[in-house]
Amino acid sequence: MSDSQELQVQQKREVEKKTEGTTSGRVFLPVTDIFETPEALTVVLEMPGVDRDSIEASVDNDVVTIEGRIDFTKYEGMQPLYTEYNVGHYARSFQISNKIDQTKISALMKDGVVTIVLPKAEQAKPRKIQVS
Amino acid sequence: MFAGFSDPFETLLTLQRALDARIASDWMGRGTGAIGSFPPINMFQKGDDYVAIIELPGIDKNDLEIEAKENTIRICGKKTVAYGEQASVHRRERISGVFDRTLSVPIRIEPDRIMAEYRDGLLALFIPRAEADKPRSIKIS
Repeated sequence: MSDSQELQVQQKREVEKKTEGTTSGRVFLPVTDIFETPEALTVVLEMPGVDRDSIEASVDNDVVTIEGRIDFTKYEGMQPLYTEYNVGHYARSFQISNKIDQTKISALMKDGVVTIVLPKAEQAKPRKIQVS
Repeated sequence: MFAGFSDPFETLLTLQRALDARIASDWMGRGTGAIGSFPPINMFQKGDDYVAIIELPGIDKNDLEIEAKENTIRICGKKTVAYGEQASVHRRERISGVFDRTLSVPIRIEPDRIMAEYRDGLLALFIPRAEADKPRSIKIS
C-alpha cells in the first residue's frame, strides 16, 4: 500500500449478539488484521480508548475471545456539541484450529492497538523436506 | 447532554444516546467541510472550555502534527501498518495512509494554550475559550 493514500473513516460495526445482554449499551467490533508467519498467527485489533488493564482475552473450546472495556466515566461533565463517532466497549471472537499451541498465546497493548500472538504447535510448523 | 451518573448500568447507554443526538450537528457550521474525513472527531464542552476527542489508534507520536492558529486547528500525520516479512495476510481491516484535517471552531479560542494528550489511541485536545469570548454576568443595579 502506498504511503500517500488518503485515509477514510471506517464506520464502526456493532456486535451482532447471539444472546441478549443483561447490561445496556452498545458493543462494537474492533477493526482487525490477521496475518500468518511460519511460526505464528497474529491478530491485531484496534480498540481506541481501552487501556491495558481493561482488556480480557480468553481461549475456550478453540475460540479466542477478546474484550475491551472503555472508561466512560472520563466523559463525565462533558456535553457533546458535535460528534462523528460513538463510543462503547469492544468484543470479538475467532475460531482457531488445534494447530495453535494454546498455552503460549501472548498479548500486547500499545496506543489502543492489541496484538495477540498465537504460536503454532510444533507439529504444525512447516518442515523442509530433504531431497535425496 | 447527559446529566447524572446515578445509575452505573444506564450510564453508557445514556452517553451513547447523547453522542448519537449530536452526530454531525451544525455546531461547527460549514467550517468543517471535511465531515466524514479521517480522523473522526467528537467535540465536547466542559465548563467554559472545549475538548476534542479524536480516535487515532496505533499512531506513532512522532508521526502526528498539530497546529493551531486563531480558531483553526490542523491535525495531520500518517498511520502505518506493518506486517513484517514472510507474513501472509488473512484479514485486512486496518487502514494506513496519510491524513490532514483542519477544523474551525465557531468560537474564539486561545490557540497558544491548547493542550494535546495522546493515550490509548485517543488524541484529546483541550481547547481553552478566549477570555474575551466568555460570557459576563451583568449586575442589576
